[in-house]
Amino acid sequence: MSQTVTTREPATRPARRRTGRPWALIVAVCLVFGFLYAPIVWLALVSFNDSRTVSRFTGFSTHWYAELVQDERVIAALGLTLRIALSSAVVCTIVGTLAAFGLRRTFRGRGLWTVVLTLPLVVPEVVMGVSLLAFFVKLAGIPLGFWALLAAHVAFSLSFVVVVVRSRLAGMDTRLQEAAADLGAGPLTAFRTVTLPLVAPAIAAGSAFAFLLSFDDVVISSYLTGVGSTTLPVFVYGQASKRGVSPEIVALSTAMVGVSALLLLIGVAVVTWRARRVGRRVDLTVAG
Amino acid sequence: MPRLTDEPPGGFHPVAERTPDTYAPVEVGIYGVTKCFSDQVAVDGIDLQVHEGEFFSVLGPSGCGKTTLLRMIAGFADPDSGRIELDGVDMVGVPPYRRDVNTVFQSYALFPHMTVWDNVAYGLRRKRLRGAELRRRVAEHLELVQLARFAKRRPTELSGGQQQRVAIARALAARPRLLLLDEPLGALDAQLRKQMQIELMQIQREVGTTFLYVTHDQEEALVLSHRVAVMNAGRVEQVGYPEDVYERPSTRFVAGFIGTSNIMDVKVSDMDGEWLELTGGGVERLRAVLPDGHSARHGQQLSVTVRPEKLHLYDADGEEQPPPGWCSLAGTVADVVYTGMSTQYVVDVPGGDSLVAFVQNTRRISDAGTPGQPVRMAWDPEFTVVLDSPARGGAEPAEAERTKEEVH
Repeated sequence: MSQTVTTREPATRPARRRTGRPWALIVAVCLVFGFLYAPIVWLALVSFNDSRTVSRFTGFSTHWYAELVQDERVIAALGLTLRIALSSAVVCTIVGTLAAFGLRRTFRGRGLWTVVLTLPLVVPEVVMGVSLLAFFVKLAGIPLGFWALLAAHVAFSLSFVVVVVRSRLAGMDTRLQEAAADLGAGPLTAFRTVTLPLVAPAIAAGSAFAFLLSFDDVVISSYLTGVGSTTLPVFVYGQASKRGVSPEIVALSTAMVGVSALLLLIGVAVVTWRARRVGRRVDLTVAG
Repeated sequence: MPRLTDEPPGGFHPVAERTPDTYAPVEVGIYGVTKCFSDQVAVDGIDLQVHEGEFFSVLGPSGCGKTTLLRMIAGFADPDSGRIELDGVDMVGVPPYRRDVNTVFQSYALFPHMTVWDNVAYGLRRKRLRGAELRRRVAEHLELVQLARFAKRRPTELSGGQQQRVAIARALAARPRLLLLDEPLGALDAQLRKQMQIELMQIQREVGTTFLYVTHDQEEALVLSHRVAVMNAGRVEQVGYPEDVYERPSTRFVAGFIGTSNIMDVKVSDMDGEWLELTGGGVERLRAVLPDGHSARHGQQLSVTVRPEKLHLYDADGEEQPPPGWCSLAGTVADVVYTGMSTQYVVDVPGGDSLVAFVQNTRRISDAGTPGQPVRMAWDPEFTVVLDSPARGGAEPAEAERTKEEVH
């Protein structure tokens, strides 16, 4: 019997190597993804639990979600969060894009400006929150709430937009602008017809970044929320720390994850759709 | 070995009638243009005139300032001093989008987010062309570069040669007075280059636009151009017809940069009218015609050059010997390289130099010399070219043309 094995082995081994699955790799990947997503999946399951305790599953129910929609505090917090996230994204996109373009030119102190602009990326959030609180309230006299939150969110999101747009600009051939000018396009026309369309994806990515950063910020926002003006993440954090993990909070968290995931899926879908549209047009040309 | 008797005596005279372009008005006039970058002089007092409808090449090694010169004509940079005239109007300070000049970039610089059609239409749209007229002009230029069926593609979906053609169509579509080409064939492989050279030449003859072509490839410049300017270290070394620049290089640099050259340092030993008798390392007899309008004196140090294909090889003690009056030189064969059409001989001559000779493979291969064999090299003295004559400046050929112009 051992003889048959040895004779068969040389023939089967190369084939098995090619077609066989890398089990160790698959296991490792599963472990990593399990580590990342198991808590979220568990959260989603618990949010549909009928019971008030989160440790025991008694039956399927959506009434925690129903309660959520009726909770005025949640609706108010959601409204404020969205208003701030949108406003912050708009401000960051405009200012950040302009800054990215400005930093493309060489001028004295450009290195310093670059460092200053990207510093918020490395300053600890707690420190930033404390300093923003001290500055806005004590020094500048801005009341806590919407404006203070907006200013703070712009302050920490701006650098992301600058970094994303700058990297796109750096990868762009400056000859393209020269070619546009060469063909008779003034600076504004060249920007509108060549530069902007090429940088648009980076600007879109930057603004999405700014929106999400603002949407899920807890630490800095928690310093600056005023009475009756709480953002959703701060509200969740407050509820969880006061009363422990209640089913309402679990449902709210699941809803937030759902919304974020949905936004991500839409983004991916748009990108693939655009890519495919270009591809299809090519196919048509070849056929015709 | 027959002597070429159909050439005029006293050196090579280019057939000026071949290119009526040089009698045309000056399209681009460059007068004393200088440009420095921080502490380095990129372009150093250049004078050049390019005539309407001419295919003019600026040839030089990388870093010689040829691209800087081109960028100044396009308007991407302004000279520190001097004038750049387009059709007689000084263009210094005029932004590129107000100059009637278009550029074909080395990297093509096609707009990646537009189709081929939109790329070609770009310049026309800036000129406010719309509708049927726009479509007609774009179609016409796509036709010119044979890319009509690729109109709806993106530049990234084309091969290098096709992208190059799009760049040419885009630059020509707006019908500029002058087309600047910055090493446009640099990124293509050898075979495609040859093909594109021919296409470029045909396109230029077809549209009649003035082409100013920058390249480091001497063959390209010689093949394509009506006239060539050879640049080195920010200066123009020589301007002339391709034959002129090749057959009568005016400086040591031009002789060395274009083709292979045998450069010898010699001394004037005698003068007979326009003929100079020269002596130096290993030379038995060396004669050269003094270039027009120059003088020489006894004992003056000179550099002379002779092209390798002008040299004839003789067995040192064979029956056949060079015709009387030819320049001749004894040496020993150091190396023989068979290159198909011709054989390249490297011959060591007394004094430590070695000369290169190209001999057409018209004889039986067994007759070829072998290393160590003593040989005599000889050539018609008309092909000896005197270099580095002090009074011969880079702008001289252009001056000569102007006088021609006045005569007419």
